[in-house]
Amino acid sequence: MTIAPPSDQLAVDADTRRRPARRRRRATSVGYAFVSLYTLLALAFGVVPAVFALGLAFTTADGGFAGFDNFVKVVTDFRFWPAVEHVVLYLVIWLIALVVFVVVLALMVHALRVRWASTSLRFIYYLPGALAGASSVLLWLFVLDPTASPVSGLLRLFGFTSFVQVIQPSHLPVIFAIIAFWTGAGGWIVIMYGALNNISTEVIEAARIDGANAFQIAVSIQLPMLRKWIAYMGVMSLAAGTQLFVEPQLLSQASNAVVPNDYSLNQLAYQYAFQQNDFNGSAAISLILLVVALLLSWVFVTRGGLFERD
Amino acid sequence: MVGIHNVVRPSRRSAIAATALGAAAVLLALTGCSAGGGGTSNGSYGFPEAKQDSSSTITVWVDADRQAAAKAFQQANPDTKIKVVTYDGSANGSNSFKTKMQLFDRAGSGWPDVVFSTQNNDAAWASQKTNGKQAFAAVLDKGLVPKDTLSGFTPGSLNPCTVNGQVYCLRNDLAQAVLWYNKSLMDQFGYTVPKTWEEYQALGEKVAKEHPGYIVGAQGDAWTPEVYMWGSKCEANNITGPTSVKVNTDTEECKRAASLLDTLRANKTIPVVSVFTPEFVKQYTGKVLMMPGPAWYAGAIFNNPQSLNVPAGQLGVAAPLGWGSDEPVTGNVGGGTWFISSHSKNLKAAEKFVQFVTTADDYQVNLAPGYPAYAAAAQKWVAKQESSKYYATSLDAISTAASQVWDGWGYGVFSQEAIWAKTITPGITGGKSIVDLLPDWQTAIEDQAKVNGYKVN
Repeated sequence: MTIAPPSDQLAVDADTRRRPARRRRRATSVGYAFVSLYTLLALAFGVVPAVFALGLAFTTADGGFAGFDNFVKVVTDFRFWPAVEHVVLYLVIWLIALVVFVVVLALMVHALRVRWASTSLRFIYYLPGALAGASSVLLWLFVLDPTASPVSGLLRLFGFTSFVQVIQPSHLPVIFAIIAFWTGAGGWIVIMYGALNNISTEVIEAARIDGANAFQIAVSIQLPMLRKWIAYMGVMSLAAGTQLFVEPQLLSQASNAVVPNDYSLNQLAYQYAFQQNDFNGSAAISLILLVVALLLSWVFVTRGGLFERD
Repeated sequence: MVGIHNVVRPSRRSAIAATALGAAAVLLALTGCSAGGGGTSNGSYGFPEAKQDSSSTITVWVDADRQAAAKAFQQANPDTKIKVVTYDGSANGSNSFKTKMQLFDRAGSGWPDVVFSTQNNDAAWASQKTNGKQAFAAVLDKGLVPKDTLSGFTPGSLNPCTVNGQVYCLRNDLAQAVLWYNKSLMDQFGYTVPKTWEEYQALGEKVAKEHPGYIVGAQGDAWTPEVYMWGSKCEANNITGPTSVKVNTDTEECKRAASLLDTLRANKTIPVVSVFTPEFVKQYTGKVLMMPGPAWYAGAIFNNPQSLNVPAGQLGVAAPLGWGSDEPVTGNVGGGTWFISSHSKNLKAAEKFVQFVTTADDYQVNLAPGYPAYAAAAQKWVAKQESSKYYATSLDAISTAASQVWDGWGYGVFSQEAIWAKTITPGITGGKSIVDLLPDWQTAIEDQAKVNGYKVN
C-alpha cells in the first residue's frame, strides 16, 4: 500500500506528462498540415515568381546581365511618373478615408445597444466585400454612368451629365478610392468591431465610473488600444493599394480608353509584359513597387507598434 | 499550355506574379512541349516553314461573329479538318492576339494556323521578328496565295496588311468612312446633302439655329480622328517604315478638321458622346440628321433595334466629303483581317480556309455583316443590301469610298484610337478646344510611338 500509491502516482504522473506531449505533437503535426498547403502555394505563386522576377529585372531579353538598364528604362518611360502620381494620390485619399471611416463606423456600431441593429449593420457593411473584385467594379460602371445610374440625381447635382464627365482624369483617384472603400471597408469594420470586443469591459467600466462619456472613452481608451489593428489595416491596405489594377483596367476598357490603360504602375507593368513583350522591364517595375511597398510597410509596422509585445 | 480560354483576367494579384506567371508558363511549355519548333526549312513562299503534313487538322481562331465563317467553310469543305477556337478577336484594346502569339513564341509551340483579328494594326508586329524569333505572319504574296486572288481585293484594301511591300494578311471587310444621313429628315427640313466639309460645317451651324437638338455627327468615340482627321489628310500617323513614323499635327489639314469639330461641338451638333452608349440612344434616336462614319454604322447603329433603329426607307448614304476643291479622301475605322501562321504544318489547308472566308459568296455575300474587302463579293453584297429596300438611296457611295481611303495614314503597332481617347476626349470634356490640344496630341503620339520602338520623324 505504501509503495503502491507513489508507483500509482508515478504512473499517473508519467501518463499525464506523456499525454500532453503526445497531444502537443499531434497538434503540431496538424498545424504543419494546415500550413503546408499554404506554404506550397505561397512558394509556387509568391516566392518563386518573385525570385524569377528578381532575375528578370537584372537581365536582358537574351538572358545576359543588364545591370540597372531595365530600371533606367522604365523610370525614364514617359508613362512612369504620371502612373506614380496617380497611385500616390489614390493611396493618400484611400488610406486616410479608410482609417477615419472604418474606425468611426466601428466605434459607432460597437456603441449600439440594440443587438439586432448592430448585427445587421455589420452584415450590411460586409456585403459589398463578398462580391469578387472585378464584378464589383462592373457594378460601379453602371453607378458612374449618369444615364444608367441608380444615383443619377446625385451625379447630376455635381453637374455630370455623361459618363466621360464623371471619369475626368482629375476625378479618378477619388473614384477609385470610393470603389476600393466600398468593396474593402466592410471587412475591416467587422475586424475592428472584433478588436473593440477584446478590450476588457473592466477598463471601460472604470472609465465610465470616473465620469468619461462615450466620446472620451473612444478617444482615450478605445483608439489607443486599437493602434495595432489600425496599423495592421494600414499595412494590408497599402500593399493592396499600390497594386491598383482592376479598377483602372476595367474602367479603361469600359470607357474605350478614355481612362488610359497605363494609369497605374501595375498596369504599366502589364503593358510592358503583354503589349511590348518586355518581361524584363515589367519585372523591374514590379520590383520597384515591391521595394516601395516594403519601405512604407516598415513605417506602419514601427509606428503602429505592430510587432511589439504587450 | 497557355490556352485561349484563360484570357488574362484582371485581378489584384501583384504585377510580379502576373509577369512571372506568364513567364513561368512559358518555361513549363519550353521544357514540356518543344516538339513543334523542330523541322523548319527555308520554304518556297518566302519564309522558313515547318515540315508540312497535308492531312493535319488546322486550328482557327475567330471572334464570335466570325464563327459563321468557319461553319460555312466546314459545310463547303467537309474533308478539311479544322478546329475552331473562339476568342475576343483582339477587340477593344485587349490585344490578346499579340499577347498570346508572343507567349507561344517564347514557348516555341502552340500557334494556331489561322487567326482572325478585328484590328488593323496586327500586321505591323506580326510581320516582324521579335527577340530573334521568326515573325508570326506568313508572307502571302510570294506564292502562298495566288496572285489572281490578291489582285481581286479592292485597291488599297490590303494596305493594313502590307509591310515593306509584302502582304501579311487578307482583309475580311472594309470600314471606309462615308456620310450617312436621314433622307426623310433632310427633305423635311429642306436641306441638301453637303458635298464638301465646308458645306457640312455651314449646314451644322444652320441646324443648330433652325432645329436645335438634331445632330450631324458625334465626337465621343475613340475613332473620331479616323473619321475627321484622316479624312482631312492630317499627318498624325504617317507610318513611313516598319519602325518609323512621321507625325506633324501643326498643319492646315489638321487645324481645319479640328476647328470644324470645335465649332460644331460648341453648338451641340457634334456632341462628345459615343454612339455605343445608352446615353446616345436615349438622347438622339430620331435626331440624327447626318453622321460621317464607317460603312458598318449601317448595321451597328442605324438598322439595329438596340440602337437608333431607323425605319426602312429613311437612311441615305453619300460619298465622303472633300475639303474645298481637293479630291475627296476618306478614313477607315477597323475592318477585320485574317492571318496565316508561318509556323503552320498545313499551309495548304490554312490558305484554302483564308481564301474561302475572304472571297467565297457562301460567307462574304450570304452571311457577312460588313462590306467585303474582296471586290467581286462586295458588288454582290451591295446588290443584296439594296434589294432589301432598307436604304433610301443607292449604295454606290460606299463602293466609291472603298478605294478612296487616304494612304497617308498608316497602320502602326500602337493604337491611335487609344491615344486620342486619353488625350483629346478628356480635354474637350473639360472645356479645351481640339485646335489648342493639337500639340499635346502630337506629343502623345510621338511618346507612344517611341516606347513601341518607333523612330519618330
